[in-house]
Amino acid sequence: MGPLSRTWTLTKVRLLLATRNRAFFFFSLVMPVIFLVGAVVFIGRKTQWSGYILGAIVATTVMGSFWGLSVQLVSFREQGILRRFRIAPVGAGPMLASSIISNYFMALPVIFLEILVCRVALHMQNSGNLWAILVLATIGSATFSSLGLIVASVTNTMQETQMINNLIWMGFLFLGGATIPVGSFPRWLQRVSLFIPAQYLATGLQSAATWRATPSEIVEDVVALSVGLLVAFEMSRRLFRWEPEAKARPRAKLWVLAAFVPFLLFGTWENIRGGQLKRVTTNYQVLSRMTTQQMRDH
Amino acid sequence: MSEPIIRVENLYKNYGSVEALRGVSFSVEEGEVFGLLGPNGAGKTTTVEILEGLRTSDRGTALVCGLDPEKTGEQFKEIIGAVLQSTALPAKLRVKEALDLFANFYPQRADVEQLLRRFQLEEKRNTFYNELSGGQKQRLALAMALVNNPRVVFLDEPTAGLDPQVRREIYDIIEELRRSKKTVLITTHYIEEAERLCDRVAIVDHGRVIALGTPRELKQKSVGTTRLEVRLAKPVTNGTLGRLEGVSNCREFDGAYVLHSARPPQTIVALVKQLEAENNELQSLEMFSPSLEDVFIELTGRRLRE
Repeated sequence: MGPLSRTWTLTKVRLLLATRNRAFFFFSLVMPVIFLVGAVVFIGRKTQWSGYILGAIVATTVMGSFWGLSVQLVSFREQGILRRFRIAPVGAGPMLASSIISNYFMALPVIFLEILVCRVALHMQNSGNLWAILVLATIGSATFSSLGLIVASVTNTMQETQMINNLIWMGFLFLGGATIPVGSFPRWLQRVSLFIPAQYLATGLQSAATWRATPSEIVEDVVALSVGLLVAFEMSRRLFRWEPEAKARPRAKLWVLAAFVPFLLFGTWENIRGGQLKRVTTNYQVLSRMTTQQMRDH
Repeated sequence: MSEPIIRVENLYKNYGSVEALRGVSFSVEEGEVFGLLGPNGAGKTTTVEILEGLRTSDRGTALVCGLDPEKTGEQFKEIIGAVLQSTALPAKLRVKEALDLFANFYPQRADVEQLLRRFQLEEKRNTFYNELSGGQKQRLALAMALVNNPRVVFLDEPTAGLDPQVRREIYDIIEELRRSKKTVLITTHYIEEAERLCDRVAIVDHGRVIALGTPRELKQKSVGTTRLEVRLAKPVTNGTLGRLEGVSNCREFDGAYVLHSARPPQTIVALVKQLEAENNELQSLEMFSPSLEDVFIELTGRRLRE
């Protein structure tokens, strides 16, 4: 039995366990839909912003894997569940890959539900380019899962994990464009946002959902997230710890920063080139202009 | 003579400044139930976890079926089964699902239905892991250790914390393993477990093997062949009782005096005379055949569970 087959076996069990977890249903299914309905109702159904909001909500759902997986991995390690798997012929690769794949399979129906709610219940005028949304959701889910797994590997307790998660999560949420549009930031903050992985996901999804951007039009976002995924997965595999008593040294926490190196490079490149910033500011200005026009027409 | 299935030579392991293993050596033959007996912190679990490939040694040799657990990875894991001391499964995983899951990791698999029957888990097949009792969890752990039909089974304190009835059930299972010619390495701090289950025992203390042999051989080596536990109306000095005829060792424990004697009748007569002379009274006297505990006390001056 090879690593692929072991990964699939573990994936199936993880999916099964998720269906038995009430907290998963609430936080992964109910809450995003409540946010979505609330945001669209608050801002208005028929503006172009509803597509933008859909992109933001999908981005938040995808990024949620960062939280979910790190907490689950630490909890499994603290309970001694991982060491039981360690004694079986299961390597770190299948363990981590199965959690990423199962997490993706769990996020996928939520994303479709969000799109469905927008189209059917909220009569949203367009739900964007579904292929582009799917491509970004797939790569983004794996990237943010891997980042979460790195945090789990370099922290020793649940408390520590949650503290570091909160710090990073705040950056993702408020500087990445998933809540506040990057286009509305002052210029210097826009430049900072280019170093945040969430920026590439949120901007890509918002372009796909609002302007029906095709996969080829969001290729920069896809490349940034893919490189980030490769680095983060390999690092999480190398840093993976099975044993609760095998404590990570304080210096190991620096590896979390190392995982952001690809985004540091992309951020620098984009700051010099200016393409990404031009895109977010243009999109934001066009949306704002359309909203003002709509209000005048009324 | 065939190569032993487990070979441990001069194994050393430090945890910071703590010396967990200080040159442990022993070997186990195929089909043997071998016990590592010793108090908590003696180095039993460290030894077993090095053999399972969960820890690395600082120095020395550890081979299982000729394979080095540190270097051979998956090939090695396919031939061993283990019950770990502190482990768990996901709370919402059912018994049958857990067995199926682990069976799927191995090329050679035991019949899961048969394991459920053998470990009396048939009725619990659809029960979640967090709803099982301690004994049922341990039976499941044993069943999981056999799910790949392993050549060597490691049982690290398999009955720790279980009530006597469940412990006896586990003993029956281990005896069945012995009948089926499985090689079993068991760690324990229960004397009766080692005496009842093990073909050979290594007594471990402070990271060293201090005695090794069959339970019978070890007990025969004990110089104080009979243990007398005496309770008196008034305390006496240890020195007085230690000088009685036939007594090789005397110590006070839990309000009683424990005497080791090679000639119990003479010791009892001398004890009664001594007490009469001191105007003291004998409240109770119990005699025990020598046990591995006596061997341990003789070698270390301590009880196993002190």
